[in-house]
Amino acid sequence: MTQSVVIQVGQCGNQIGCRFWDLALREHAAVNKKGIYDEALSSFFRNIYFKFISINDTSFEIALLIDMEEGVVNEILQGPLRDVFDSKQLITDVSGSGNNWAVGHKLYGSQYREQIFEKLRRSAEHCDCLQCFFIIHSMGGGTGSGLGTFLLSLLEDEFPEVYRFVTSVYPSGEDDVITSPYNSVLAMKELNEHADCVLPIENESLFDIVSKIHQMTNSGKLGSTVKQSSLLTSSAGGINTEQEKPFDAMNNIVANLLLNLTSSTRFEGSLNMDLNEISMNLVPFPRLHYLVSSLTPLYTLADVNVPSRRLDQMFSDAFSKDHQLIQADPKNSLYLACALLVRGNVQVSDLRRNIERLKPSLHFVSWNQEGWKTGLCSVPPVGHSHSLLALANNTCVKPTFIELKDRFMRLYKKKAHLHHYLHIEGMEDTYFSEAISSLSDLIEEYNQLDATRGGPTVDPPRLKIAV
Amino acid sequence: MSIVTIQLGQCGNQIGREVFSAICNDFHSTHGLCYKKENESYQEACKERFFSEEKKTGVPVARAVLVDMEPKVISQTLSMADRSGSWKYDHQSRFCQKQGSGNNWANGYSVHGPQHKDDIMNLVQKEAEKCDRLGGFFTVMSMAGGTGSGLGAFVTQCLRDAYRNSFILNQVIWPYGTGEVIVQNYNSVLTLSHLYQSSDALLVHENDAIHEICAQLMNIKQISFKDVNQVIAHQLGSVFQPTRSPLGINWQVRPPLPGLPAPPKPSMNRSACFNTSLANLVIVRGKEVQSADLGDFRDPSLYTSWLNMQDAFSVWKTSRAFNKYEKSASLVSNSQFLLKPIDNIVGKAWNMFASKAYIHQYTQFGIEEEDFLDSFTSLEQVITSYTRL
Repeated sequence: MTQSVVIQVGQCGNQIGCRFWDLALREHAAVNKKGIYDEALSSFFRNIYFKFISINDTSFEIALLIDMEEGVVNEILQGPLRDVFDSKQLITDVSGSGNNWAVGHKLYGSQYREQIFEKLRRSAEHCDCLQCFFIIHSMGGGTGSGLGTFLLSLLEDEFPEVYRFVTSVYPSGEDDVITSPYNSVLAMKELNEHADCVLPIENESLFDIVSKIHQMTNSGKLGSTVKQSSLLTSSAGGINTEQEKPFDAMNNIVANLLLNLTSSTRFEGSLNMDLNEISMNLVPFPRLHYLVSSLTPLYTLADVNVPSRRLDQMFSDAFSKDHQLIQADPKNSLYLACALLVRGNVQVSDLRRNIERLKPSLHFVSWNQEGWKTGLCSVPPVGHSHSLLALANNTCVKPTFIELKDRFMRLYKKKAHLHHYLHIEGMEDTYFSEAISSLSDLIEEYNQLDATRGGPTVDPPRLKIAV
Repeated sequence: MSIVTIQLGQCGNQIGREVFSAICNDFHSTHGLCYKKENESYQEACKERFFSEEKKTGVPVARAVLVDMEPKVISQTLSMADRSGSWKYDHQSRFCQKQGSGNNWANGYSVHGPQHKDDIMNLVQKEAEKCDRLGGFFTVMSMAGGTGSGLGAFVTQCLRDAYRNSFILNQVIWPYGTGEVIVQNYNSVLTLSHLYQSSDALLVHENDAIHEICAQLMNIKQISFKDVNQVIAHQLGSVFQPTRSPLGINWQVRPPLPGLPAPPKPSMNRSACFNTSLANLVIVRGKEVQSADLGDFRDPSLYTSWLNMQDAFSVWKTSRAFNKYEKSASLVSNSQFLLKPIDNIVGKAWNMFASKAYIHQYTQFGIEEEDFLDSFTSLEQVITSYTRL
């Protein structure tokens, strides 16, 4: 069994992280009725004593909580999850990063490097076999974006063999942080160079999913028969019994993404899909490691008998825009690779049938026409009989990046707000030019792949053997 | 005469367990119309071939080494065997790591192989030493993943080096055409080209073909990997179980031998043959075997012109029924039937290679572009040879 360490950075990162731990505990409680610490738990938790019902006994987990202002982390520590975190796993400061990537990356980066490394080293020591760091952060602010990405090169230097999976929340167009394009593009360069896999998330998509669920459960038609705990947005059954906070529903979706991503590592199945396999199969070229994720189902009806028609619906939904976590259109772009991780009572014939059915409507790059990576995990998520996580490496992320670049250029051309960044020690104008150049190169790589689409495919001539 | 089985990776271990299970079930099933004495010698031979005995309890212990780079599957495999009550694995005969091979052939072959060679070969030696007469090695692996394929190729090489005169048979699982693993074509090309250098024979099962058997012949609605594995296990059992031939398993096959056992059905209908064969082996079991008409198999037009019919076609018989089938037949064939699948896989892998996709994942573990080219060359030669049969 391998272990993963979760590093939650900044306000967004910590709020999502908090939901993640709550739901992770809930999931393991559902599987492990006796509340005994078992192997499956050991991938994210280490413990001395562990009880699900009363969190009185100490339970530590392999997480690192970082924020440069205390509010959010303090709230976590005073909340019902307080016993889940070890106070030694925190790093906080007081004044925050002022939505300034340079403050997060250069100022706090150098200031806290030793401390961060020390705590990481300690976390790693507790691990039998550390496989992956999960970093959760947002791109638009200062701490998550700056300090979060600073961590990436630190991790690459000190733990080169451990995978770095990053869940990044990208700012929307109407973001109220004016400098979010700067922060995001500066962060992108780090993601390009130091992350193994990035799962971009957009708040608009999360919001749409929340609205859709709200609509379905309150429409009166399905309201009474929907299992509350099965909602992708629900915290029901978790430890946190206080009133839900505004972003909780949206953050639960991201938390569920991480749970599904790691399900095959924690539970058994007839075709396991480990994290290193995800990286191997979905990243054909080193920098093209941005994956579009979609989760289904959003909720489950209380009716237990599921005919395979509904199973097929789940597969169709995974390829509909309603279930994606970013605003993109993969069906009209080019697939480089696609992974399907199925949980629950689904067999290989269901997988094959649906792949055959959906394949014709999807465009795959010429050298990967049948590029599917599949996994079957026997244990479904809480409240569901089955679920599906689809991860796609698709050129549809290009528009998101192009828009980001445009927003950046609008500010940069006018040199707006640059002085806030440049007066930080160690920060120079070259950071900006290199960052935008890195982003442009990335967009160009996607362009070249898009250009291959639709043209006549001529197979390269095979080797000829002299007879 | 005994066979030591080496189960590699998730696929290898899942199938391996089903094989021992099928053999054990057959061992316990009724002997049909054969004489009691014949049944007893059948059971003796079967037991000796695949199992040793636990001293205290007399429970058959599979002659097997279980290898995987992550622990979940082996744990499951061991406990399922234990639960059966009728046989078990030697819990010491296992080798596990934690991280898996990440579907990366280079990781399995160049990293895990050398790193764990001694540990694994020690386990193999222990099993080999338990045998009075070692007949050979049987490895079970898939081509598509990282451990079965990469580490499997490495282990096969080690077996060849350590046991020069032993027979090595590799059971290779061909993945579904529409992907279980995106880099499966790379992994397959690398596996096959390496196995060709060390193995005596490759016995092939295609997931797509077995899937069809489950759907069309067995009418299973929701086909699971368990169903697929059980069909494969049944076919393997039908080939490996003892027959009346004096030599037991006749290892005189032409290297290499990719072959596909046909489903065991009493009907002998062979429609017009398209693929030229190098050699065929038919095994018939059960009722009225002596009168089974195998004349069709002796049709010279089935075979390549430069082979003697005596060498090309063999029959093994036993009146002991297999696994509750009153009559059954199996066909192991070395013919052109595998041309299309190999050509397919090489074509797709070559296509991907031309765009250099995923290559960085292999070079980081020590498999360079030249290694790929060598593998492609090797397989193109095999394809040419078979085309010209």
